[in-house]
Amino acid sequence: MRTDNGIEVEDLVREFKKGPRAVDGIDLTVAPGEIYGFLGPNGAGKSTTVHMLTTLLPPTAGTARVAGHDIVKEGPAVRDAIGVALQEAALDQFLTAREHMRLQAGMHGLTKADAQRRGDELIARVGLSDAADRKVGGYSGGMRRRLDLALALVHEPAILFLDEPTTGLDVQSRTALWDEVQRLASSNGVTVFLTTQYLEEADALADRVGIIDTGRIVAEGTPDALKAEIGRPTVEAAPADEADRERMRTVLSRFGAEAPAGPDGVAVRLDEGTHELAEVVRALDAENLTIANLEIHAPTLDDVFLAKTGRRLEGAGDEEAQATGEHEAVPA
Amino acid sequence: MSADAAAVRAPAAVGRERSSSLAQVGYLAQRSITRTLRQPIMFVPSLVFPLFLLAVNSSGLSAATNLPGFPTDSYLSFALGLTFMQGALFATMGAGQSIAQDIQHGFFDRLQLTPLRSNALIAGQLAGATVQGVFQAVTYLIVALAFGAHLEAGPAGVLVLIALSAMVGLAFGSIGLTIGLRTGNGEAVQGVFPLLFVLLFLSSGALPRDLIATDWFQTVATINPVSYLIEGFRSLFITGWDGEALALAFGVSVGILAVGMWAATAALRTRMERT
Repeated sequence: MRTDNGIEVEDLVREFKKGPRAVDGIDLTVAPGEIYGFLGPNGAGKSTTVHMLTTLLPPTAGTARVAGHDIVKEGPAVRDAIGVALQEAALDQFLTAREHMRLQAGMHGLTKADAQRRGDELIARVGLSDAADRKVGGYSGGMRRRLDLALALVHEPAILFLDEPTTGLDVQSRTALWDEVQRLASSNGVTVFLTTQYLEEADALADRVGIIDTGRIVAEGTPDALKAEIGRPTVEAAPADEADRERMRTVLSRFGAEAPAGPDGVAVRLDEGTHELAEVVRALDAENLTIANLEIHAPTLDDVFLAKTGRRLEGAGDEEAQATGEHEAVPA
Repeated sequence: MSADAAAVRAPAAVGRERSSSLAQVGYLAQRSITRTLRQPIMFVPSLVFPLFLLAVNSSGLSAATNLPGFPTDSYLSFALGLTFMQGALFATMGAGQSIAQDIQHGFFDRLQLTPLRSNALIAGQLAGATVQGVFQAVTYLIVALAFGAHLEAGPAGVLVLIALSAMVGLAFGSIGLTIGLRTGNGEAVQGVFPLLFVLLFLSSGALPRDLIATDWFQTVATINPVSYLIEGFRSLFITGWDGEALALAFGVSVGILAVGMWAATAALRTRMERT
């Protein structure tokens, strides 16, 4: 593969003092121009990985090359090739968007004319022209994220790292940011490494997804391939009469193995796929079972996570963080 | 998105060159000064507290001018050295808190991800402290002159006074920067700040060293470098041009700056984990 704007990671490890391995030997490859979604719950090791790949944190062991440069031996070259928007949009509340742009461009060595042109262009692109001369302290969360993204792009990086870029954003701001990320990858050929804890974000944006849990990659592939691996859809039925639940379970078990269900229902993974649905309804009817609710679930990335870890993605990080103490310890 | 698109990615269209340390200092100093000027509330304690103490001291301790050998008959002019020194200590807190906030809020990481040079970061951050020091000095001077203080060194003395204020602000700012970098916590910087005031009260701020009657106090005030800074400020008000006092004041501030810069550089090296 071309490595000039790709990422290659081999057995990367990061241990913190008095803590577990935040990242426990991960391998991954991101092709040039690809959007790679790094999906996992809070505390899984996503941000620690980003901190290592962006040279902010030296790894304990393993190697990684970003844009063809070793992250330990060639830190300055890596930084020159990447743009980064970390989890918290780190902005100075006393500066305006335009002043941020000027500072960022100046630090990257842009000439004054280019800094001005590039700054105006990026501010317009993220829809902040009207607010460009207002202090950032008064910006909404979405505006701050958009400015953060624009700042990450000021030196035209080949690779963009986005650490949970849409956490806390409303739907409109989230969609706008997704559009911009997709545009950057498709029109500008920028490689994007995106961490997220949102299933729909990984599904909508990523060409390939790596699922990380407790510092290890538990699954990797395109969202469709990962879901296909889990394969079959699930049908969940709830009886009108609670007393019929066991009978309903017996009938449904003819169509596949039992799957996790809500408190009122019974679910099975359909061995033959969705075209068995009519047969399921007929079988329940034949047993005089009245159905209060019937749902069919296509496999999701959450199902993939469940299949690989035995837990649901949503809420998994919170339980873990409570159990272990917040172990995704990245520098403040 | 395909690899083909990446392969045809146009080379960077923006003109870039490796930014020099001086250029980086310029950008960071501009930010530091802008931040400082946009937080006028930060100036309130550093203006009100020293001027309040000046008012209390100059009225309550004015009888000290009757002591044989007291160098002036205006305690206001005498006490101003302490006021200028207090201002410098407030600049310490400003510099320390500024970098600590950057670390806490992630702006420090943003800077680390650029081709930032560490010496540029230190110098740039200190610019705000220096501006604060100068602004305070000018304000103290205007207020003091309005209330009858006399600047024996005359108009040229104003320039030296401001230069010394900037120098002392810079020196103590580097100490604040070190504390901010070590702790990475604005509240910790605030917690350390009162300890610096101990240096102020164990100095010749209230009485000339040769008139301090308590032996241990006189010894401590003599070895306390802050005494020489206060005496440098004071000399411009009550003596005029005292070469020795000014040389000592500038010399001591350069010494503190050297130690502070060394400590700040070491603290920054520890703080910056980037490869």
